[in-house]
Amino acid sequence: MKCQNCHVAEATVHVKEVKNDKVTELHLCEKCAREKGFHSMMEIGKLSIASQMVWMAENLYPEGSHRVGQVQCTECGLKYSEFLKTGRLGCPSCYGAFGAQLKQVMRRIHGSVRHVGKAPGKNGAQFERRRQIQKLHEDLELAIEREEYEKAAVIRDEIRKVESTAADAAASDQSATATATSAEVADDSEHRAGPRRQS
Amino acid sequence: MVGENNAGKGMPMNLPVSDMLRTSGKWFAGDGPWSDGILSTRVRLARNLKGMRFPGRALAEELSNVLHRVESASLGVTALEGRQLLQIEGLSVLERQFLLERHLISYDLASSGDQCGLVFAADENVGVMINEEDHIRIQALRPGFQLDECYQAASDVDDQLGSSLEYAFSDDFGYLTACPTNVGTGLRASVLVHLPALVLTRKIKKVLTGVNQVGLAVRGFYGEGTDVLGNFFQISNQITLGEKESQALLNLERVVRQLLDYEEKARDVLMKDAREQIEDKVMRALGVFTHAHLLTSEEVIGLSSAIRLGITLSMEGLPRTGIINEILLYAQPGHMQMMAGTEMSSEERNIRRSEFIRGRLKDDLAA
Repeated sequence: MKCQNCHVAEATVHVKEVKNDKVTELHLCEKCAREKGFHSMMEIGKLSIASQMVWMAENLYPEGSHRVGQVQCTECGLKYSEFLKTGRLGCPSCYGAFGAQLKQVMRRIHGSVRHVGKAPGKNGAQFERRRQIQKLHEDLELAIEREEYEKAAVIRDEIRKVESTAADAAASDQSATATATSAEVADDSEHRAGPRRQS
Repeated sequence: MVGENNAGKGMPMNLPVSDMLRTSGKWFAGDGPWSDGILSTRVRLARNLKGMRFPGRALAEELSNVLHRVESASLGVTALEGRQLLQIEGLSVLERQFLLERHLISYDLASSGDQCGLVFAADENVGVMINEEDHIRIQALRPGFQLDECYQAASDVDDQLGSSLEYAFSDDFGYLTACPTNVGTGLRASVLVHLPALVLTRKIKKVLTGVNQVGLAVRGFYGEGTDVLGNFFQISNQITLGEKESQALLNLERVVRQLLDYEEKARDVLMKDAREQIEDKVMRALGVFTHAHLLTSEEVIGLSSAIRLGITLSMEGLPRTGIINEILLYAQPGHMQMMAGTEMSSEERNIRRSEFIRGRLKDDLAA
Protein backbone atom coordinates (compact mmCIF):
# COMPACT_ATOMS: atom_id res chain seq x y z
CA MET A 1 0.00 0.00 0.00
CA LYS A 2 1.31 3.47 -0.93
CA CYS A 3 1.47 6.34 1.56
CA GLN A 4 -1.75 8.39 1.45
CA ASN A 5 0.21 11.60 1.81
CA CYS A 6 3.15 11.41 -0.61
CA HIS A 7 1.78 8.56 -2.73
CA VAL A 8 5.38 7.45 -3.36
CA ALA A 9 6.77 5.48 -0.43
CA GLU A 10 5.29 2.31 1.03
CA ALA A 11 2.85 2.94 3.93
CA THR A 12 4.31 1.37 7.07
CA VAL A 13 2.58 3.43 9.78
CA HIS A 14 -1.13 2.78 10.18
CA VAL A 15 -2.99 5.22 12.39
CA LYS A 16 -6.58 5.32 13.58
CA GLU A 17 -7.61 8.86 14.42
CA VAL A 18 -10.78 9.69 16.36
CA LYS A 19 -12.14 13.19 15.72
CA ASN A 20 -15.67 14.24 16.72
CA ASP A 21 -16.59 10.58 17.24
CA LYS A 22 -15.53 9.79 13.68
CA VAL A 23 -12.78 7.25 13.11
CA THR A 24 -10.44 7.88 10.20
CA GLU A 25 -7.72 5.49 9.17
CA LEU A 26 -4.46 6.84 7.85
CA HIS A 27 -1.80 4.84 6.08
CA LEU A 28 1.47 6.72 5.90
CA CYS A 29 5.14 6.20 5.21
CA GLU A 30 7.48 6.80 8.13
CA LYS A 31 8.66 10.19 6.87
CA CYS A 32 5.15 11.59 6.37
CA ALA A 33 3.98 10.10 9.69
CA ARG A 34 6.78 11.92 11.47
CA GLU A 35 6.00 15.18 9.64
CA LYS A 36 2.37 14.87 10.69
CA GLY A 37 3.46 14.36 14.29
CA PHE A 38 2.48 10.70 14.64
CA HIS A 39 5.02 8.96 16.78
CA SER A 40 4.87 5.29 15.96
CA MET A 41 5.21 2.79 18.83
CA MET A 42 8.61 2.05 17.31
CA GLU A 43 9.85 5.57 17.91
CA ILE A 44 8.36 5.81 21.37
CA GLY A 45 9.82 2.39 22.12
CA LYS A 46 13.29 3.67 21.23
CA LEU A 47 13.10 6.34 23.94
CA SER A 48 14.24 5.53 27.44
CA ILE A 49 11.48 4.66 29.91
CA ALA A 50 11.91 8.04 31.59
CA SER A 51 11.48 9.95 28.32
CA GLN A 52 8.46 7.80 27.50
CA MET A 53 6.89 8.90 30.77
CA VAL A 54 7.63 12.54 30.08
CA TRP A 55 6.29 12.16 26.55
CA MET A 56 3.11 10.63 27.93
CA ALA A 57 2.75 13.22 30.69
CA GLU A 58 3.05 16.06 28.19
CA ASN A 59 0.53 14.44 25.91
CA LEU A 60 -1.87 13.25 28.58
CA TYR A 61 -1.80 16.33 30.79
CA PRO A 62 -0.99 19.31 28.58
CA GLU A 63 -2.40 21.59 31.29
CA GLY A 64 -2.40 20.88 34.97
CA SER A 65 0.70 18.68 34.85
CA HIS A 66 2.19 20.76 37.67
CA ARG A 67 -0.75 20.04 39.99
CA VAL A 68 -0.69 16.32 39.18
CA GLY A 69 3.05 16.26 39.84
CA GLN A 70 2.52 17.26 43.48
CA VAL A 71 0.52 14.12 44.34
CA GLN A 72 2.57 12.11 46.83
CA CYS A 73 2.62 8.48 47.96
CA THR A 74 1.97 8.39 51.72
CA GLU A 75 3.90 5.15 52.10
CA CYS A 76 7.26 6.00 50.50
CA GLY A 77 6.93 9.76 49.96
CA LEU A 78 7.51 9.65 46.20
CA LYS A 79 5.98 12.56 44.29
CA TYR A 80 4.33 11.92 40.95
CA SER A 81 6.68 14.50 39.40
CA GLU A 82 9.65 12.38 40.55
CA PHE A 83 8.08 9.33 38.92
CA LEU A 84 7.81 11.29 35.69
CA LYS A 85 11.52 12.06 35.80
CA THR A 86 12.71 8.50 36.41
CA GLY A 87 9.85 6.33 35.17
CA ARG A 88 10.19 4.28 38.36
CA LEU A 89 7.71 4.02 41.24
CA GLY A 90 8.86 3.94 44.85
CA CYS A 91 6.84 1.11 46.38
CA PRO A 92 3.80 -1.11 45.77
CA SER A 93 1.54 1.51 47.42
CA CYS A 94 2.41 4.05 44.68
CA TYR A 95 -0.02 2.13 42.47
CA GLY A 96 -2.82 3.18 44.84
CA ALA A 97 -1.52 6.72 45.41
CA PHE A 98 -1.17 7.57 41.70
CA GLY A 99 -4.03 5.30 40.62
CA ALA A 100 -5.88 7.73 38.35
CA GLN A 101 -2.77 8.99 36.54
CA LEU A 102 -1.13 5.59 36.35
CA LYS A 103 -4.22 4.04 34.80
CA GLN A 104 -3.84 6.40 31.86
CA VAL A 105 -0.15 5.59 31.57
CA MET A 106 -0.87 1.86 31.76
CA ARG A 107 -3.67 2.07 29.24
CA ARG A 108 -1.26 3.84 26.93
CA ILE A 109 1.49 1.25 27.38
CA HIS A 110 -0.56 -1.95 27.59
CA GLY A 111 -3.94 -1.01 26.14
CA SER A 112 -5.52 -2.30 29.34
CA VAL A 113 -5.73 -1.57 33.06
CA ARG A 114 -6.70 -4.99 34.35
CA HIS A 115 -4.50 -7.98 35.08
CA VAL A 116 -5.68 -11.27 33.63
CA GLY A 117 -2.64 -13.50 34.13
CA LYS A 118 -1.17 -15.61 36.88
CA ALA A 119 -1.67 -14.89 40.60
CA PRO A 120 0.60 -15.91 43.46
CA GLY A 121 0.34 -19.44 44.87
CA LYS A 122 -2.23 -19.66 47.65
CA ASN A 123 -4.22 -16.66 46.41
CA GLY A 124 -4.29 -17.94 42.85
CA ALA A 125 -7.55 -19.89 43.08
CA GLN A 126 -9.33 -17.13 45.05
CA PHE A 127 -8.11 -14.53 42.59
CA GLU A 128 -9.39 -16.63 39.69
CA ARG A 129 -12.85 -16.87 41.31
CA ARG A 130 -12.99 -13.14 42.05
CA ARG A 131 -12.03 -12.44 38.47
CA GLN A 132 -14.67 -14.85 37.19
CA ILE A 133 -17.38 -13.21 39.31
CA GLN A 134 -16.30 -9.71 38.20
CA LYS A 135 -16.43 -10.77 34.55
CA LEU A 136 -19.90 -12.32 35.02
CA HIS A 137 -21.17 -9.09 36.60
CA GLU A 138 -19.92 -7.16 33.59
CA ASP A 139 -21.61 -9.62 31.24
CA LEU A 140 -24.81 -9.27 33.26
CA GLU A 141 -24.80 -5.49 32.97
CA LEU A 142 -24.19 -5.73 29.25
CA ALA A 143 -27.02 -8.24 28.79
CA ILE A 144 -29.43 -5.99 30.73
CA GLU A 145 -28.33 -2.98 28.71
CA ARG A 146 -29.05 -4.91 25.52
CA GLU A 147 -32.38 -6.08 26.98
CA GLU A 148 -31.34 -9.73 26.60
CA TYR A 149 -33.20 -10.76 29.74
CA GLU A 150 -33.10 -14.52 29.23
CA LYS A 151 -29.34 -14.40 28.87
CA ALA A 152 -29.17 -12.13 31.94
CA ALA A 153 -31.09 -14.69 34.00
CA VAL A 154 -28.63 -17.42 33.00
CA ILE A 155 -25.68 -15.22 33.95
CA ARG A 156 -27.34 -14.33 37.30
CA ASP A 157 -27.70 -18.03 38.12
CA GLU A 158 -24.10 -18.59 37.14
CA ILE A 159 -23.00 -15.77 39.47
CA ARG A 160 -24.91 -17.36 42.38
CA LYS A 161 -23.31 -20.70 41.66
CA VAL A 162 -19.76 -19.30 41.51
CA GLU A 163 -20.32 -17.15 44.60
CA SER A 164 -21.53 -20.10 46.64
CA THR A 165 -18.53 -22.18 45.50
CA ALA A 166 -16.30 -19.27 46.52
CA ALA A 167 -17.96 -19.08 49.94
CA ASP A 168 -17.56 -22.86 50.44
CA ALA A 169 -13.90 -22.64 49.44
CA ALA A 170 -13.31 -19.74 51.83
CA ALA A 171 -14.99 -21.70 54.65
CA SER A 172 -12.91 -24.79 53.94
CA ASP A 173 -9.77 -22.63 53.77
CA GLN A 174 -10.63 -21.26 57.20
CA SER A 175 -11.26 -24.69 58.68
CA ALA A 176 -8.01 -25.90 57.06
CA THR A 177 -6.19 -23.05 58.78
CA ALA A 178 -7.89 -23.94 62.06
CA THR A 179 -6.90 -27.59 61.66
CA ALA A 180 -3.35 -26.57 60.80
CA THR A 181 -3.18 -24.38 63.89
CA SER A 182 -4.38 -27.16 66.18
CA ALA A 183 -1.97 -29.58 64.46
CA GLU A 184 0.86 -27.11 65.04
CA VAL A 185 -0.12 -26.86 68.71
CA ALA A 186 -0.17 -30.65 68.98
CA ASP A 187 3.15 -30.82 67.19
CA ASP A 188 4.56 -28.22 69.50
CA SER A 189 3.39 -30.05 72.61
CA GLU A 190 4.95 -33.26 71.29
CA HIS A 191 8.10 -31.30 70.70
CA ARG A 192 8.17 -30.11 74.26
CA ALA A 193 7.51 -33.66 75.36
CA GLY A 194 10.59 -34.72 73.40
CA PRO A 195 12.66 -36.29 76.18
CA ARG A 196 9.69 -38.33 77.34
CA ARG A 197 9.19 -39.73 73.84
CA GLN A 198 12.82 -40.64 73.68
CA SER A 199 12.55 -42.75 76.77
CA MET B 1 41.35 -23.71 33.07
CA VAL B 2 41.55 -20.43 34.83
CA GLY B 3 41.48 -21.62 38.41
CA GLU B 4 45.22 -22.29 38.38
CA ASN B 5 46.19 -18.96 36.97
CA ASN B 6 44.30 -16.16 38.58
CA ALA B 7 47.06 -14.06 40.00
CA GLY B 8 47.03 -11.51 37.20
CA LYS B 9 47.16 -7.89 38.41
CA GLY B 10 46.22 -8.92 41.94
CA MET B 11 42.70 -9.71 40.84
CA PRO B 12 40.95 -12.01 43.31
CA MET B 13 38.78 -14.41 41.36
CA ASN B 14 35.49 -15.64 42.65
CA LEU B 15 35.67 -19.40 42.50
CA PRO B 16 32.12 -20.05 41.25
CA VAL B 17 32.63 -17.52 38.46
CA SER B 18 35.98 -18.84 37.28
CA ASP B 19 34.60 -22.39 37.51
CA MET B 20 32.03 -21.40 34.94
CA LEU B 21 34.72 -21.34 32.27
CA ARG B 22 34.71 -25.12 32.31
CA THR B 23 31.10 -25.14 31.23
CA SER B 24 29.82 -22.96 28.45
CA GLY B 25 26.34 -21.99 29.54
CA LYS B 26 24.26 -24.91 28.29
CA TRP B 27 21.60 -22.62 26.95
CA PHE B 28 24.11 -20.95 24.64
CA ALA B 29 26.37 -23.68 23.36
CA GLY B 30 23.67 -26.30 22.84
CA ASP B 31 21.84 -26.45 19.57
CA GLY B 32 18.14 -26.63 20.52
CA PRO B 33 15.09 -26.63 18.26
CA TRP B 34 15.15 -24.19 15.32
CA SER B 35 18.75 -23.37 16.13
CA ASP B 36 19.43 -22.47 12.49
CA GLY B 37 17.60 -19.19 12.85
CA ILE B 38 17.30 -18.82 16.60
CA LEU B 39 20.19 -18.52 19.00
CA SER B 40 18.33 -18.56 22.29
CA THR B 41 15.08 -18.00 24.13
CA ARG B 42 14.77 -16.15 27.40
CA VAL B 43 11.87 -15.56 29.78
CA ARG B 44 11.98 -13.31 32.80
CA LEU B 45 9.43 -12.67 35.53
CA ALA B 46 9.58 -9.52 37.67
CA ARG B 47 8.39 -9.82 41.28
CA ASN B 48 8.53 -7.63 44.38
CA LEU B 49 8.00 -8.30 48.06
CA LYS B 50 4.85 -7.04 49.73
CA GLY B 51 5.22 -3.91 51.84
CA MET B 52 8.81 -3.22 50.80
CA ARG B 53 10.04 -0.22 48.86
CA PHE B 54 11.32 -1.02 45.37
CA PRO B 55 15.15 -1.25 45.16
CA GLY B 56 15.56 2.20 43.57
CA ARG B 57 14.00 3.87 46.61
CA ALA B 58 14.89 1.45 49.41
CA LEU B 59 17.48 2.09 52.11
CA ALA B 60 20.55 -0.14 52.46
CA GLU B 61 19.08 -2.09 55.39
CA GLU B 62 15.85 -2.74 53.50
CA LEU B 63 17.83 -4.00 50.50
CA SER B 64 19.87 -6.22 52.78
CA ASN B 65 16.65 -7.60 54.30
CA VAL B 66 15.29 -8.38 50.81
CA LEU B 67 18.58 -9.95 49.72
CA HIS B 68 18.66 -12.27 52.70
CA ARG B 69 14.99 -13.20 52.48
CA VAL B 70 15.23 -14.05 48.78
CA GLU B 71 18.51 -15.91 49.22
CA SER B 72 17.09 -18.03 52.00
CA ALA B 73 13.84 -18.65 50.06
CA SER B 74 15.93 -19.75 47.08
CA LEU B 75 17.39 -22.59 49.16
CA GLY B 76 14.02 -24.32 48.94
CA VAL B 77 13.77 -24.02 45.17
CA THR B 78 14.43 -27.43 43.62
CA ALA B 79 14.72 -25.97 40.11
CA LEU B 80 17.87 -24.11 41.20
CA GLU B 81 19.85 -27.33 41.45
CA GLY B 82 23.50 -26.97 42.35
CA ARG B 83 22.78 -23.29 43.03
CA GLN B 84 25.46 -20.65 43.20
CA LEU B 85 24.86 -17.60 45.33
CA LEU B 86 26.80 -14.48 44.44
CA GLN B 87 26.76 -11.01 45.97
CA ILE B 88 27.47 -8.55 43.18
CA GLU B 89 29.36 -6.26 45.54
CA GLY B 90 32.09 -8.85 45.97
CA LEU B 91 32.67 -9.31 42.26
CA SER B 92 35.36 -7.59 40.22
CA VAL B 93 34.49 -5.52 37.14
CA LEU B 94 35.74 -8.37 34.98
CA GLU B 95 33.60 -10.97 36.74
CA ARG B 96 30.55 -8.78 36.30
CA GLN B 97 31.37 -8.40 32.60
CA PHE B 98 31.68 -12.18 32.36
CA LEU B 99 28.26 -12.78 33.96
CA LEU B 100 26.77 -10.14 31.69
CA GLU B 101 28.17 -11.93 28.64
CA ARG B 102 26.63 -15.13 29.95
CA HIS B 103 23.29 -13.23 30.04
CA LEU B 104 23.01 -14.13 33.75
CA ILE B 105 22.93 -10.50 34.87
CA SER B 106 21.75 -7.29 33.24
CA TYR B 107 23.71 -4.08 32.65
CA ASP B 108 21.80 -2.56 35.57
CA LEU B 109 22.83 -5.30 37.97
CA ALA B 110 26.42 -5.35 36.67
CA SER B 111 26.79 -1.66 37.45
CA SER B 112 24.86 -1.70 40.71
CA GLY B 113 26.26 -1.26 44.15
CA ASP B 114 25.45 -2.81 47.51
CA GLN B 115 23.04 -5.54 48.46
CA CYS B 116 22.45 -7.00 45.01
CA GLY B 117 22.69 -10.69 44.37
CA LEU B 118 22.45 -13.47 41.87
CA VAL B 119 21.35 -17.06 42.42
CA PHE B 120 21.60 -19.47 39.53
CA ALA B 121 21.41 -23.17 38.80
CA ALA B 122 24.62 -25.03 37.96
CA ASP B 123 23.50 -25.54 34.36
CA GLU B 124 22.82 -21.76 34.05
CA ASN B 125 19.34 -22.49 32.68
CA VAL B 126 17.59 -20.53 35.42
CA GLY B 127 18.65 -17.71 37.66
CA VAL B 128 17.30 -15.07 40.01
CA MET B 129 18.62 -11.51 40.08
CA ILE B 130 18.02 -9.87 43.45
CA ASN B 131 17.52 -6.11 43.94
CA GLU B 132 17.87 -5.17 40.31
CA GLU B 133 15.11 -2.76 39.24
CA ASP B 134 12.69 -5.08 41.07
CA HIS B 135 13.40 -7.17 44.16
CA ILE B 136 13.25 -10.37 42.16
CA ARG B 137 13.90 -11.02 38.50
CA ILE B 138 13.60 -14.69 37.69
CA GLN B 139 15.01 -15.68 34.33
CA ALA B 140 15.14 -18.87 32.34
CA LEU B 141 17.30 -19.41 29.26
CA ARG B 142 17.27 -22.14 26.63
CA PRO B 143 19.10 -22.73 23.35
CA GLY B 144 17.03 -22.38 20.16
CA PHE B 145 13.30 -21.74 20.20
CA GLN B 146 11.78 -22.96 23.50
CA LEU B 147 9.29 -20.39 24.74
CA ASP B 148 6.99 -22.75 26.65
CA GLU B 149 9.86 -24.64 28.28
CA CYS B 150 11.46 -21.36 29.35
CA TYR B 151 8.23 -19.99 30.77
CA GLN B 152 7.55 -23.20 32.66
CA ALA B 153 11.04 -23.18 34.17
CA ALA B 154 10.72 -19.55 35.30
CA SER B 155 7.19 -20.11 36.54
CA ASP B 156 8.27 -23.12 38.62
CA VAL B 157 10.94 -21.02 40.34
CA ASP B 158 8.31 -18.30 40.82
CA ASP B 159 5.86 -20.75 42.46
CA GLN B 160 8.51 -22.16 44.75
CA LEU B 161 9.85 -18.75 45.80
CA GLY B 162 6.26 -17.55 46.22
CA SER B 163 5.49 -20.36 48.65
CA SER B 164 7.77 -18.75 51.23
CA LEU B 165 7.75 -15.09 50.16
CA GLU B 166 4.72 -12.82 49.95
CA TYR B 167 4.67 -10.91 46.69
CA ALA B 168 3.32 -7.41 46.05
CA PHE B 169 0.20 -8.21 44.05
CA SER B 170 -3.09 -6.48 43.37
CA ASP B 171 -6.23 -7.95 41.84
CA ASP B 172 -6.47 -5.05 39.40
CA PHE B 173 -2.87 -4.61 38.32
CA GLY B 174 -1.36 -8.02 39.02
CA TYR B 175 2.28 -8.24 40.11
CA LEU B 176 3.37 -4.73 41.08
CA THR B 177 6.69 -3.66 39.59
CA ALA B 178 8.93 -0.62 39.89
CA CYS B 179 8.21 0.36 36.31
CA PRO B 180 4.62 0.32 35.00
CA THR B 181 5.90 -1.16 31.72
CA ASN B 182 6.27 -4.51 33.55
CA VAL B 183 3.21 -4.45 35.79
CA GLY B 184 0.68 -7.29 35.46
CA THR B 185 2.36 -10.52 34.51
CA GLY B 186 5.88 -9.12 34.94
CA LEU B 187 6.70 -11.29 31.95
CA ARG B 188 9.27 -10.45 29.34
CA ALA B 189 9.80 -13.26 26.84
CA SER B 190 12.44 -12.74 24.20
CA VAL B 191 13.88 -14.66 21.32
CA LEU B 192 17.28 -13.92 19.78
CA VAL B 193 16.77 -14.44 16.04
CA HIS B 194 19.33 -14.36 13.28
CA LEU B 195 18.04 -12.68 10.13
CA PRO B 196 20.98 -12.15 7.75
CA ALA B 197 19.08 -12.71 4.50
CA LEU B 198 16.45 -10.10 5.40
CA VAL B 199 19.28 -7.64 6.13
CA LEU B 200 21.09 -8.45 2.86
CA THR B 201 17.92 -8.11 0.80
CA ARG B 202 17.17 -4.82 2.61
CA LYS B 203 13.76 -6.00 3.76
CA ILE B 204 14.61 -5.94 7.44
CA LYS B 205 13.42 -2.42 8.25
CA LYS B 206 10.00 -3.02 6.80
CA VAL B 207 9.66 -6.38 8.54
CA LEU B 208 10.74 -4.99 11.91
CA THR B 209 8.38 -2.03 11.62
CA GLY B 210 5.62 -4.62 11.25
CA VAL B 211 6.88 -6.42 14.38
CA ASN B 212 6.70 -3.14 16.31
CA GLN B 213 3.20 -2.47 15.14
CA VAL B 214 1.90 -5.69 16.67
CA GLY B 215 3.18 -4.57 20.06
CA LEU B 216 6.51 -6.41 20.17
CA ALA B 217 9.89 -4.80 20.77
CA VAL B 218 13.07 -5.26 18.76
CA ARG B 219 16.37 -4.88 20.59
CA GLY B 220 20.05 -5.61 20.14
CA PHE B 221 22.29 -8.50 21.06
CA TYR B 222 22.39 -7.87 24.82
CA GLY B 223 18.79 -6.67 25.22
CA GLU B 224 17.43 -3.27 26.15
CA GLY B 225 19.44 -0.31 24.94
CA THR B 226 22.04 -2.36 23.07
CA ASP B 227 23.08 -2.33 19.42
CA VAL B 228 22.11 -4.78 16.76
CA LEU B 229 25.22 -6.82 16.06
CA GLY B 230 25.75 -9.54 13.48
CA ASN B 231 22.15 -9.49 12.25
CA PHE B 232 20.94 -10.83 15.60
CA PHE B 233 17.68 -9.29 16.73
CA GLN B 234 16.03 -9.75 20.08
CA ILE B 235 12.26 -9.85 19.70
CA SER B 236 10.19 -9.55 22.87
CA ASN B 237 6.71 -8.87 24.17
CA GLN B 238 5.94 -5.45 25.60
CA ILE B 239 2.41 -5.88 26.89
CA THR B 240 2.21 -7.27 30.42
CA LEU B 241 -1.21 -6.02 31.51
CA GLY B 242 -4.53 -7.32 30.16
CA GLU B 243 -2.96 -10.26 28.38
CA LYS B 244 -2.41 -13.72 29.86
CA GLU B 245 1.10 -15.16 29.87
CA SER B 246 0.03 -17.91 27.47
CA GLN B 247 -1.36 -15.34 25.04
CA ALA B 248 1.81 -13.22 25.17
CA LEU B 249 3.92 -16.30 24.46
CA LEU B 250 1.65 -17.37 21.63
CA ASN B 251 1.76 -13.92 19.98
CA LEU B 252 5.53 -13.86 20.19
CA GLU B 253 5.78 -17.38 18.83
CA ARG B 254 3.54 -16.56 15.87
CA VAL B 255 5.55 -13.47 14.97
CA VAL B 256 8.89 -15.25 15.31
CA ARG B 257 7.68 -18.09 13.10
CA GLN B 258 6.59 -15.54 10.54
CA LEU B 259 9.98 -13.83 10.71
CA LEU B 260 11.70 -17.17 10.08
CA ASP B 261 9.39 -17.71 7.15
CA TYR B 262 10.29 -14.30 5.67
CA GLU B 263 13.95 -15.05 6.29
CA GLU B 264 13.67 -18.34 4.40
CA LYS B 265 12.04 -16.59 1.45
CA ALA B 266 14.78 -13.95 1.48
CA ARG B 267 17.40 -16.73 1.50
CA ASP B 268 15.75 -18.28 -1.57
CA VAL B 269 15.93 -14.91 -3.33
CA LEU B 270 19.60 -14.54 -2.39
CA MET B 271 20.50 -17.99 -3.65
CA LYS B 272 18.61 -17.42 -6.88
CA ASP B 273 20.00 -13.96 -7.63
CA ALA B 274 23.36 -13.83 -5.91
CA ARG B 275 24.58 -17.34 -5.10
CA GLU B 276 28.24 -16.61 -5.98
CA GLN B 277 28.36 -13.43 -3.90
CA ILE B 278 26.79 -15.15 -0.89
CA GLU B 279 29.07 -18.18 -1.06
CA ASP B 280 32.03 -15.83 -1.42
CA LYS B 281 30.93 -13.84 1.64
CA VAL B 282 30.58 -16.99 3.74
CA MET B 283 33.92 -18.51 2.70
CA ARG B 284 35.72 -15.19 3.15
CA ALA B 285 34.39 -15.07 6.71
CA LEU B 286 35.71 -18.58 7.32
CA GLY B 287 39.03 -17.53 5.74
CA VAL B 288 39.34 -14.62 8.16
CA PHE B 289 38.48 -16.85 11.11
CA THR B 290 41.05 -19.47 10.18
CA HIS B 291 43.85 -17.08 9.18
CA ALA B 292 43.52 -13.69 10.87
CA HIS B 293 45.87 -12.74 13.72
CA LEU B 294 43.88 -9.84 15.16
CA LEU B 295 40.14 -10.01 15.66
CA THR B 296 37.85 -7.64 17.55
CA SER B 297 34.75 -9.01 19.31
CA GLU B 298 32.41 -7.07 17.04
CA GLU B 299 34.17 -8.48 14.00
CA VAL B 300 33.67 -11.96 15.40
CA ILE B 301 29.93 -11.41 15.74
CA GLY B 302 29.75 -10.23 12.11
CA LEU B 303 31.83 -13.12 10.78
CA SER B 304 29.86 -15.63 12.86
CA SER B 305 26.71 -14.29 11.27
CA ALA B 306 28.08 -14.93 7.77
CA ILE B 307 29.14 -18.48 8.67
CA ARG B 308 25.78 -19.21 10.29
CA LEU B 309 24.15 -18.08 7.05
CA GLY B 310 26.36 -20.53 5.14
CA ILE B 311 25.38 -23.35 7.53
CA THR B 312 21.69 -22.55 7.01
CA LEU B 313 22.27 -22.69 3.26
CA SER B 314 23.81 -26.17 3.74
CA MET B 315 27.15 -25.07 2.31
CA GLU B 316 29.95 -27.57 2.78
CA GLY B 317 33.24 -27.28 4.65
CA LEU B 318 31.82 -25.17 7.50
CA PRO B 319 32.01 -25.73 11.25
CA ARG B 320 28.96 -26.89 13.24
CA THR B 321 26.47 -24.31 14.58
CA GLY B 322 27.42 -25.33 18.14
CA ILE B 323 31.05 -24.35 17.51
CA ILE B 324 30.01 -20.98 16.12
CA ASN B 325 27.85 -20.39 19.22
CA GLU B 326 30.77 -21.32 21.42
CA ILE B 327 33.06 -18.91 19.56
CA LEU B 328 30.44 -16.17 19.93
CA LEU B 329 30.37 -16.77 23.67
CA TYR B 330 34.09 -17.16 24.39
CA ALA B 331 35.30 -14.42 22.04
CA GLN B 332 33.65 -11.75 24.20
CA PRO B 333 36.06 -9.50 26.13
CA GLY B 334 35.12 -10.77 29.60
CA HIS B 335 35.49 -14.40 28.58
CA MET B 336 38.84 -13.81 26.84
CA GLN B 337 40.24 -12.20 29.98
CA MET B 338 38.79 -14.77 32.35
CA MET B 339 40.35 -17.52 30.24
CA ALA B 340 43.69 -15.75 30.38
CA GLY B 341 43.23 -15.20 34.12
CA THR B 342 44.28 -11.60 33.79
CA GLU B 343 43.11 -8.25 32.53
CA MET B 344 44.28 -7.52 28.99
CA SER B 345 44.42 -4.51 26.69
CA SER B 346 42.15 -4.62 23.67
CA GLU B 347 45.19 -5.29 21.42
CA GLU B 348 46.17 -8.26 23.59
CA ARG B 349 42.61 -9.52 23.52
CA ASN B 350 42.46 -9.28 19.74
CA ILE B 351 45.55 -11.48 19.47
CA ARG B 352 44.29 -14.04 22.03
CA ARG B 353 40.87 -14.06 20.39
CA SER B 354 42.22 -14.91 16.96
CA GLU B 355 44.43 -17.66 18.47
CA PHE B 356 41.46 -19.12 20.31
CA ILE B 357 39.26 -19.15 17.20
CA ARG B 358 41.97 -20.63 14.98
CA GLY B 359 42.55 -23.39 17.52
CA ARG B 360 38.86 -24.13 17.98
CA LEU B 361 38.16 -24.27 14.24
CA LYS B 362 41.25 -26.35 13.47
CA ASP B 363 39.96 -29.08 15.80
CA ASP B 364 36.43 -28.93 14.47
CA LEU B 365 37.22 -28.73 10.77
CA ALA B 366 39.77 -31.56 11.10
CA ALA B 367 37.10 -33.72 12.75
